[in-house]
Amino acid sequence: MKLNLKIWRQKGPNASGKMVDYQIDEVSPDMSFLEMLDVLNEQLISKGDEPVVFDHDCREGICGACSLHINGEPHGPGRGITTCQLHMRSFKDGDTIYIEPFRAKAFPVVKDLMVDRSAFDRIIQSGGYVSVNTSGNTIDANATPVRKENADAAFDAATCIGCGACVASCKNASAMLFVSAKVSQFSLLPQGQPEAKERVMNMVSQMDEEGFGNCTNTGACEVECPKGISLENIARMNREYLKASLTSK
Amino acid sequence: MSQVAGLFNSSLARKYWMALTGLFLCLFLVGHLAGNLQLLLPLEDGAKDQFNLYAKFMTTNPVVKILSYLTYISILLHVVDGIVLTIRNRKARPQKYAYNKPGANSAWNSRFMGFLGTVILVFIVLHLNAFWAKMHWGPIDTYMIDGEEVKDLYTLTIASFQDASAGLGMTIVYVISMIVLGFHLVHGFQSAFRSMGWNHPKYMPIVMTVGKLFGIIIPALFALIPIYIHFIL
Ligand code: HEM
Ligand code: SF4
Ligand code: FES
Repeated sequence: MKLNLKIWRQKGPNASGKMVDYQIDEVSPDMSFLEMLDVLNEQLISKGDEPVVFDHDCREGICGACSLHINGEPHGPGRGITTCQLHMRSFKDGDTIYIEPFRAKAFPVVKDLMVDRSAFDRIIQSGGYVSVNTSGNTIDANATPVRKENADAAFDAATCIGCGACVASCKNASAMLFVSAKVSQFSLLPQGQPEAKERVMNMVSQMDEEGFGNCTNTGACEVECPKGISLENIARMNREYLKASLTSK
Repeated sequence: MSQVAGLFNSSLARKYWMALTGLFLCLFLVGHLAGNLQLLLPLEDGAKDQFNLYAKFMTTNPVVKILSYLTYISILLHVVDGIVLTIRNRKARPQKYAYNKPGANSAWNSRFMGFLGTVILVFIVLHLNAFWAKMHWGPIDTYMIDGEEVKDLYTLTIASFQDASAGLGMTIVYVISMIVLGFHLVHGFQSAFRSMGWNHPKYMPIVMTVGKLFGIIIPALFALIPIYIHFIL
């Protein structure tokens, strides 16, 4: 099939970018979206043009690297998938496809469609861990009882791959779904308790410092999240933060 | 120290205040509605005297006074905080998408809370000017009930909505404002519970349903009053 592509091109972080039109023929419906972009890039390179820069790594929906805002939605029209899992059979011959980088003040464009998501790393560094000594005195995992429902909810929260689609979809460019998933995966488990208060306080303050917006509970993030992270996590973080603010010294 | 600051300026805390003031205003709406529904009572049953005595009670009783100051403060905080949040949220995405499809993942009223709130604010100003200001500073007629002087807010209200030139326009403005309030509440009510972290898988479905019903029934009953006065009474 033939497609009209409108792609954001930007030479560097400080350059001003613009949408550029491309035509691509002979796209197979079996190609993934990223493979389609690979074909486009080969065409561009053979013509002596700069290829379109975009993020990708695992290409199987587990790393969170591939981003892209496709036809008005992060990771395109599908649900529960990343861009590498989006296939060209989701489009029709002759379609026009808008391809833009994830937009947020906290996710500055590096080049073309690639954005810098290290704000997420800094949020994790501010508290997204448990301090455990691994030197010889490891405790058997089953020695600490955990309620099944909590274990399940913690596991669900831990499936977040840090892709940033929640930020990209949110009208406020809020990182609440990501941060709340990372807070929840620990706060639901006994191992997360000793550092619970500092964790939520520090992660929220880092989130604010990075320039993400607030949560209006529109629920867009939950719909666009490739891993189905639930909005309930955001409410849990609100509760944890309130508790920590009121009770920590 | 940082914890204390966290209860005022952090992104989450601003939502706590938004939610608490919003929910307090929801309580206010219930009280205000209960009082105003007296306007629907038949005139023969003494609706005029009953309403005017009630209005006098509402402007003089010390407990009600405290509640009314809490309401003024809530509106002020809610509006200021709402503006701050809306501005900060816009700043979080300086470069917009060339093509965006927000309707694919969220309800429009949840995305336009700032706009809906602004319409409500304009309505509040018009509404205070039409009745509250006259009740406090006049001009308003007074008369005696059993040796007690009361201001005739009842007649003022009926006359405003039945006015040959402005009555219809005023009725329409009131009804539209209540529809806007409804959309604000259908999203806002349940959102406030989420903002406060008051969510439990067992009770959240109830909060969602109550929020929807609240957002439809309360504004509908408010809207009924001007419709009744203009078209039926
Ligand atoms: C009787 C009047 C009002 C009631 C009962 C009310 C109620 C609420 C409630 C319950 C919320 C949800 C809070 C949350 O998400 O945690 C809310 C949100 C909001 N309200 Fe109001 N409100 C009223 C008037 C106004 C006015 C006059 C404004 C004017 C600026 C306004 C602006 C907002 C905004 C911007 C939000 C969303 C904040 C956000 O989540 O980012 N509201 N309101
Ligand atoms: S919460 Fe979902 S959308 Fe957000 S970063 Fe994690 S996996 Fe991606
Ligand atoms: S490239 Fe790893 S999730 Fe898409």
